[in-house]
Amino acid sequence: MALQSLDIARRSATTTPAPGVRQTTEVAKLIDVSTCIGCKACQVACMEWNDIRDEVGSNVGVYDNPADLTPKSWTVMRYAEVEEKGKLEWLIRKDGCMHCADPGCLKACPAPGAIIQYANGIVDFHQENCIGCGYCVTGCPFNIPRISQEDSKAYKCTLCSDRVAVGQAPACAKVCPTGAIQFGSKEQMKDYAAKRVVDLKSRGYDKAGLYDPAGVGGTHVMYVLHHADRPELYKGLPNDPGISPLVSLWKGLAKPVATVAMAAVALGSLFHYVMKGPNEVSKELEDELEKEDAK
Amino acid sequence: MTNHWVDIKNADLVMVMGGNAAEAHPCGFKWAIEAKKERKAKLIVVDPRFTRSAAVADYYAPVRAGSDIAFLGGVISYLLTNDKIHHEYVKNYTNAAYLINPDFKFDGGLFSGYNAEKRNYDKATWSYQLGKDGYAMLDETMQDPNCVFQLMKKHYSRYTPDMVSKVTGTPKESFLKVCEYIADTAAANKTMTILYALGWTQHSHGSQNIRTMAMIQLLLGNMGMAGGGINALRGHANVQGITDMCLFGASLPGYMGCPNEKEPDFKTYIEKRTPKMLRPNQMNYWQNYSKFFVSLMKSFYGNAATKENDYAYDWMPKIDGAYDTLALFDKMHQGKINGFVCQGWNPLASVSNKKKVGDALAKLKYLVVIDPLATDTSEFWKPHGEFNEVDPSKVPTEVFRLPANLFAEQTGSYTNSGRVIQWHWKAADGPGESKDDSEILATLFVKLRDMYAKDGGKLPDPILKMSWPYRNPNKPLPEELAMEINGKALGDVFDPKDKTKVIVKAGDQLASFAQMRDDGSTSGGNWLYCGMWSQAGNLTARRDNSDPSGLGQTLNWGFAWPANRRILYNRASCDMAGKPWDAKRTVIKWTGDKWAGNDVPDMRPNAAPDENVMPFIMTGEGVARLFAPGMADGPFPEHYEPFETPIDKNPFHPDNPKVTSNPAARVYKNDMEVFGKAKDFPYVCTTYRLVEHFHFWTKHSKLNAILQPEQFVEIGEELAKEKGIANGDKVKVRSNRGFIKAVAVVTKRIPTLMVDGKKVHTVGIPIHWGFKGVTKPGFITNTLTPYVGDANSQTPEFKAFLVNIEKI
Repeated sequence: MALQSLDIARRSATTTPAPGVRQTTEVAKLIDVSTCIGCKACQVACMEWNDIRDEVGSNVGVYDNPADLTPKSWTVMRYAEVEEKGKLEWLIRKDGCMHCADPGCLKACPAPGAIIQYANGIVDFHQENCIGCGYCVTGCPFNIPRISQEDSKAYKCTLCSDRVAVGQAPACAKVCPTGAIQFGSKEQMKDYAAKRVVDLKSRGYDKAGLYDPAGVGGTHVMYVLHHADRPELYKGLPNDPGISPLVSLWKGLAKPVATVAMAAVALGSLFHYVMKGPNEVSKELEDELEKEDAK
Repeated sequence: MTNHWVDIKNADLVMVMGGNAAEAHPCGFKWAIEAKKERKAKLIVVDPRFTRSAAVADYYAPVRAGSDIAFLGGVISYLLTNDKIHHEYVKNYTNAAYLINPDFKFDGGLFSGYNAEKRNYDKATWSYQLGKDGYAMLDETMQDPNCVFQLMKKHYSRYTPDMVSKVTGTPKESFLKVCEYIADTAAANKTMTILYALGWTQHSHGSQNIRTMAMIQLLLGNMGMAGGGINALRGHANVQGITDMCLFGASLPGYMGCPNEKEPDFKTYIEKRTPKMLRPNQMNYWQNYSKFFVSLMKSFYGNAATKENDYAYDWMPKIDGAYDTLALFDKMHQGKINGFVCQGWNPLASVSNKKKVGDALAKLKYLVVIDPLATDTSEFWKPHGEFNEVDPSKVPTEVFRLPANLFAEQTGSYTNSGRVIQWHWKAADGPGESKDDSEILATLFVKLRDMYAKDGGKLPDPILKMSWPYRNPNKPLPEELAMEINGKALGDVFDPKDKTKVIVKAGDQLASFAQMRDDGSTSGGNWLYCGMWSQAGNLTARRDNSDPSGLGQTLNWGFAWPANRRILYNRASCDMAGKPWDAKRTVIKWTGDKWAGNDVPDMRPNAAPDENVMPFIMTGEGVARLFAPGMADGPFPEHYEPFETPIDKNPFHPDNPKVTSNPAARVYKNDMEVFGKAKDFPYVCTTYRLVEHFHFWTKHSKLNAILQPEQFVEIGEELAKEKGIANGDKVKVRSNRGFIKAVAVVTKRIPTLMVDGKKVHTVGIPIHWGFKGVTKPGFITNTLTPYVGDANSQTPEFKAFLVNIEKI
């Protein structure tokens, strides 16, 4: 992604202050699960806009294909058959990055500038800075980022930051045939969601509501759910997501010692060792980082 | 569709049955969601499977595949029993009050006039009682036992909720709940729209499935209304256009009939095809048949079609029997066809009983495939492992593949399900040597014409004298074709009321089919499309979406046939005095001196309400037919089992095996023998499409292949448990015609139903796989399906047959 540096609000492993003169609107994508027909047009739009093509896989006994997020599938539909009050429901949720206001991935990332949060709320990976350590995977409460075996970089939904930067809606929102994916300012999306919730309640979904979890400071991808009291029904959407305490530990200590490169790297290695075990590639990269920092 | 896509948003109730709009028509389905969001409409789905349409519905009811008439007949019975009908509408706008021939009978599952040997009906008794004036007689009190209303009431009195549940497997309370939703729209200002597709057509009683719902919509007064109608959601982008232009052996463009052997001369043909007026003062619009037909002949033969030679009627082929898909491949199978030009079609995959189709193709001398893709059909002769086991040394057929441009590589028009004709411009040039279909056909024609000119032949005139006025004879332009289809004045066209007044100058494009004449002064390739390219230019290219009515009528977007009318029968949206049943959704109204409003009136514009010109202008009586003698298999729809039934009998007529399945459906001898029985094949199978794919095209597209890579079959949890099949296991599904292998998807979405006291399981199979393409290779699903079609349309029974299943 091109660096829209004026709009950067936060940068991984960076202590210099963010630029602050420009005002931008906080954006959000709203996924209204109650009007989603699971057509996967969003998956196609994502593949086409981003020029990514996953493998032609296999059927593993469900409609979900590709069966999971991958470095080349940044969004997938997840289908859950649940029985509620003796009535079958087929809950279809578009899964992908939630663009947390308080992003666990960014906090966990040790590579300066590999993860960016824009002032509009989009959390983006800048792969040229990514060291492939996988901390973002650990830091994410939604299990979103995927590390590519081809280039050892982390990938996920960009919320079409390139489109949004020039005033376009994300590709998935543009193609959604039923309007189940809406895009606009976060405030507009909350208002829209409130109307949908009223409609759902009138149809007997007493617990309908907006999913905008406070544990990660709210998200810039939100869901309207028929059963907002039990998000886990939707193929394991976390009930109360938060950032792993290990990440908080890393963050709390990292700041004071940020200037001491050796210590930071050491802690990074320890953290990595605790979470992932030894990793040759990662170690080499860390050595490189160390050299750079020492300059 | 009698209405159109955007109009779905005007409904109070959206019913999806006999189709799966969310998956098969995701873009159009946005209007169902719009109705829910903006109008607080309810959405109900009745289907053997809990589909992705059901996923966003307010209510879902299961139904056994192939039992829709039992369900809908039950709805009719409910509406009549509970007096939930729109009385004024039914009395005035339908034939409910019409008196029927007292010799008309329905007994033991058969209507009067049945011929068991020929498997068809002599319809002499399916007729109105006519008065001395020649007009149909009525009993306006609707009490006469021979009036349509009483006959209908009696016919459907057998369809009680208990009986419905017994036959369909729908739990009684679910059936009644659906009835309640539907009955609410009997109010004059409430409407239901019905969205259906191949789930109704692909049965041996497919046309009657649709007719039963049409009767319901008439009883509720929902025809002609915004947010109402009978809405067939058509297949690919231009299948409506194909139907209108007629690619069927038995019809000509604009739903005219192809001459047959019993119509040896022009006079006989026109007399037989022009219906008589059955009530005074009606429009009886088909009385203009000769104008449409002569204009068509002038478009075919130009100056060579003259009054003296009956406008070249003798050059038209007179068909000697059926030429539908099943008849065609049966003839081919018998070795009676030498060559086959297969354009934009993949019959090996899309016609029932793949083995029969493959064997039939192997009896041809040559096969020409015109297609953008390397279809399975074009390689029917080539071994593809177990997916296509064939010995090429035994196939003498010579196969030619002519690469055609894809739709996005051609300029032309599409006609969508809502009858809106829209011009489109090509997005890219085709690859390699691919050409537009029109260029391929024109080049073939010119070559053949040259050969006839050089070598002569038995009857060269129909080819040699064909009008071919294109600037480049090998490459007619889409614009030239569209103008030709619209039609023009060949000589001056005069006002019938004032023979000195010219209404269209010679050489000008016609503005309306009302300007067509049967004296040779006009031409037109399809009367229904007249007006699409008038002197005002190409109206199909219009893109003005302004919508002053707020109803989504957008009269300046494209051009809808007929006459740019968006809602058919819209006169019926008003009461007898011309006042809209629902003023908030005014389609048209009587303004005191004319009909006007938010649509082109489906009525003579100056027909004052007290003239009693009725809204259904295409019938001789001006009203809609609850009793419809035009059907091949009965004037009232009756439930018959699919030809392969899990219960071995028709519960409505358990003692008459002759009427287990549709007694008027055509069955070929060798096909009757390969129908399976429930003792060997105990499970109901239904085939369908998935949103991720389009027929057999998108298996060639990587994006679609990623979304649904591999063939699968769906079964319910109970059947899976019985057969020891786990999710993701490989299974073999057999019918009496062959087998396929696929991955099992075990799901709660396919319910087990209690039918006639017996548990009935359903096996669901998406159709999209084959041996050509970039998806994982799969079996042709139509290996399994039976070779029998609907009694009226001969559409094959893909939706309900019998199989067995086992884990591999």
